[in-house]
Amino acid sequence: MHELSLCRSVADVVCRHAAGRRVVRVRLRIGALRQVVPDTLTSCWRLLQDDRPPPRSPTGSVPAGSVLAGSVLEVESVPAVVRCRACGAERELDHPVLRCAGCGGADVLLISGEEFLIVSMDVADAAADGPGMAKEQAEV
Amino acid sequence: MGRFHPHGADHDHPHPDHDHPDDARPDHSGYGTATERIEVLERILGENERAAAANRAAFDAAGVTVVNLMSGPGAGKTTLLVETLRRLAPRWRVGVIEGDIETSLDADRLAGLAAAVCLVNTGKGFGGECHLDAPMIASALPRLPLADLDLVIIENVGNLVCPAEFTVGEDRRVMIYSVTEGEEKPLKYPLMFRAVDLVLVNKTDLLPYLDFDLPAFRRNLDAVHPGVDAQMLSARSGDGVDAWCEWLSHAVHPGPRVGRVAGAA
Repeated sequence: MHELSLCRSVADVVCRHAAGRRVVRVRLRIGALRQVVPDTLTSCWRLLQDDRPPPRSPTGSVPAGSVLAGSVLEVESVPAVVRCRACGAERELDHPVLRCAGCGGADVLLISGEEFLIVSMDVADAAADGPGMAKEQAEV
Repeated sequence: MGRFHPHGADHDHPHPDHDHPDDARPDHSGYGTATERIEVLERILGENERAAAANRAAFDAAGVTVVNLMSGPGAGKTTLLVETLRRLAPRWRVGVIEGDIETSLDADRLAGLAAAVCLVNTGKGFGGECHLDAPMIASALPRLPLADLDLVIIENVGNLVCPAEFTVGEDRRVMIYSVTEGEEKPLKYPLMFRAVDLVLVNKTDLLPYLDFDLPAFRRNLDAVHPGVDAQMLSARSGDGVDAWCEWLSHAVHPGPRVGRVAGAA
């Protein structure tokens, strides 16, 4: 349900890092407790790709499509894992219920499951004869 | 058409429309097919969080406490807000940021309650967003006399998912759940129930007419957010509204924020 909003946020960050270069692939890491449906996220990604400006072309021609057009969104899903403070057991959760599957205790520590990260992205290399993209700008 | 069509090494489809000269960039972009990997390692909502920190700094500078009120549609946010303003207006100077996808109906209901009301229609210029985010709140701030206020209540867009993700620089997050919604809602919308400091259980005047299982609800709530505060109330009958206002008055710290932990620092 909130996947489109999330995609917009991802696109903002990605476009900033791309600094005008064509984006090929974006890798996200998302915890199970974030209630994100990966398939919905990738559909939403395709929906908004065309809303972004075209890439800067090193050859001066105006390329078709936006910097994000055709890019692939990869979602690495991280399971929700809790560690029980009472019995020490570490378990992966099937449901968002923060309880120890071993002893049933509620005093659990969340080890993973709240990740919400843009890990990395691939951009197309500018042609060697191009003016060169401002790489330092991309590292900001 | 017009989509980027990378012709990489895995060329497994024919191109009847054109040939690729060996020296041309096959996608006509001027870019080679080689890619450069950029480590990003940024939080997905990092941009929103930065805007939220700026809002927080503005709230701190004005010495105003901000409560973000969230719920699903129809849980009773506006009715509770009307009752809350009636009780608080004599004690505190209150501002309201009213978020709605369309219409000013909710904001109209708050007219004449001695509060500074500022409407944010997320349908206009924000693409019909189903939540308020930090930049939207930032856009509303110039329309509120922030320095003259003790408390700002944000009535978020009615939605049990998205508002939970987008912090706006608030001090406290409160959600209204109503007993007509079913006991299992914490399990279905854990993101929201986990995101808040207080759960208000509204419409208790309807309990005699429902099969609502309060202990089951509390169990489900504890399962996703162990130990979170919950208060029963009926905005319609007024039961429990004073206790909620008492909670609010503890949240409000009038005057400059000396020694407060500011996320914006």
